[in-house]
Amino acid sequence: MKKSGRLVLRVFLFLIAAGFAFVFLIPTVLTIADSFMSQTELTAKYGRVFAGTSGLGGTSYMAQKVKLVFIPDSVSFKQYSTVLFKSPDYLMKFWNSVILVVPIVIFQVAIASLAAYSFTRFRGRIKEIIFFVYIILMLMPYQVTLVPNYLVAEWTGLLDSRWAIILPGIVAPFSVFLLTKFMRRISTSLIEAAKLDGAGEWKIFTKVCLPMCKSALYSIAILVFIDYWNMVEQPIILLSDVSKQPLSVFLSKINTGEVGLAFAVATIYMIPCLFLFLHGEEYLVEGITYSGAIKG
Amino acid sequence: MKNVSQTRKKIWNGLGRNRRSRELIGGAVYLAPSFIGVCIFFIVPFGVVIYYSMIDSPLQHNFVFLENFKNVLNNIAFKQAATNTLVFSAVSVPLAVILSLLLANLLESKIPGKSIFRTFFLSPMMVPVASIVLIWQVMFHYNGAANDFLSTFGVKKIDWLNSDYNQVVVVLLFLWKNLGYNMILFMAALNNMPKDLLEVADIEGAGPLRKFFQIKLRYLSPTLLFVTILSLINSFKVFREVYLLSGDYPYGGLYMLQHFMNNTFRSLDYQKLSSAAVLMAIVMVIIIGVLFILENRFGKDVEG
Repeated sequence: MKKSGRLVLRVFLFLIAAGFAFVFLIPTVLTIADSFMSQTELTAKYGRVFAGTSGLGGTSYMAQKVKLVFIPDSVSFKQYSTVLFKSPDYLMKFWNSVILVVPIVIFQVAIASLAAYSFTRFRGRIKEIIFFVYIILMLMPYQVTLVPNYLVAEWTGLLDSRWAIILPGIVAPFSVFLLTKFMRRISTSLIEAAKLDGAGEWKIFTKVCLPMCKSALYSIAILVFIDYWNMVEQPIILLSDVSKQPLSVFLSKINTGEVGLAFAVATIYMIPCLFLFLHGEEYLVEGITYSGAIKG
Repeated sequence: MKNVSQTRKKIWNGLGRNRRSRELIGGAVYLAPSFIGVCIFFIVPFGVVIYYSMIDSPLQHNFVFLENFKNVLNNIAFKQAATNTLVFSAVSVPLAVILSLLLANLLESKIPGKSIFRTFFLSPMMVPVASIVLIWQVMFHYNGAANDFLSTFGVKKIDWLNSDYNQVVVVLLFLWKNLGYNMILFMAALNNMPKDLLEVADIEGAGPLRKFFQIKLRYLSPTLLFVTILSLINSFKVFREVYLLSGDYPYGGLYMLQHFMNNTFRSLDYQKLSSAAVLMAIVMVIIIGVLFILENRFGKDVEG
């Protein structure tokens, strides 16, 4: 009796989880599905939403209601070919995103792992105070940190150049904190053993610490990448030169114009995240597991 | 004999001190790239920001102390932006914490397909903000899917994006985007919980609710703090979605602090910018301090 009751409960819980998962997946799947739809099909399905603001051409057939369809009636690559071969603007903006984000991710993680090693191996009063300052800075929203960033960019003449975004991004304290939390979990006996074997600090850092932090490094790189890949605040303030702005800002401007194109560009923009994510989900989860508390 | 041991001690001590100083220098070298950068881009300019917030203009340098703060606090746009942001955070952060905790418990209750569900719930993380915004328009446009769905129940059409309902839409967007990551954090914490304690509770006949509130929640308190702070930071970033959804001047309730800052940047009013930034920093420090104190009280006896 009790057992069957449990089974019913489990089925019930499973259904709730499945329902939630379905709702969570809709936007992602819709974006991808819509990118393969022809303009006519999009007009038929979403015409009533984007009519008036878009170049969808109001003469064609429009459904009475918006239709959410997960599989296009006919697969069309036209949007993609337009994006890739006919309008270099999107590819330029994509490239802008890449040259902003890739240096930030690589150097932020590199500098942060050095700093985290320092916070892990050499503890003292001053270090603890500095670490506390890092925590405070990490918690400050962009609304606060962009003002000092702007001032520095103005003094150094970096305003409107990519460096105004890249340099503060590289030294942002977010990954220092998470990596330190992770490194402090490595047992000191392991480090002591390496030391007894005559390994210097640099060797301990590169041969013992870094390999053990692989999952944390990967998960932090993913988080930093996703955050900067979607940046909006920094470019509109620090990089007013539109030709240098990343696609994350520019995408909003095609939203109102050509909807079909926007979906295709959005899907292309999703690919790097998708790749990182599918490649590293296990690392992501593991990295999160060991750095999940803010204190200690 | 005594002499020998003393010299040996001296040598050891000397070595120890030497090693310590070498380690200190080593530690400083490893920290230097990061710390110098942080000083240049955050700490030093923030000192200047504090200075700017207390003078009358960057040309005159007359010390006016609290005058700028008063001006900002009396500024209608700032008041509206601050209220909207606070309301948004006050609604969305607790929701993001509670719902993700429930989801984590749901997935940890031994239902099949846990890892697939985990992937599904994490998937919003990888969707670029801009493409989400497109879908949200399809859903919540006046002629969009949400209204069609509701109209089958006889609900009148709502102009989601251009009325006070737009806050509801953005809260939904925020939850959709952030629940997955929060959930993973809670799942990790639930897995690290001492199993024997829960077994004892089972034997003693504690119900699932009691187990949750009296055991699990206490062990989760560091994670709760972390997730709350993370959600708070992310709730300030919701400007991205709002900006892409409705541009520089959104309908009333979505005029966020970042909108105010953007417009102030455009007019380059350093006094206003600086004092607004300092005010926000103070408020953030207070909120975070309170959260830390609460967590200390609540989870003290289960740590260590």
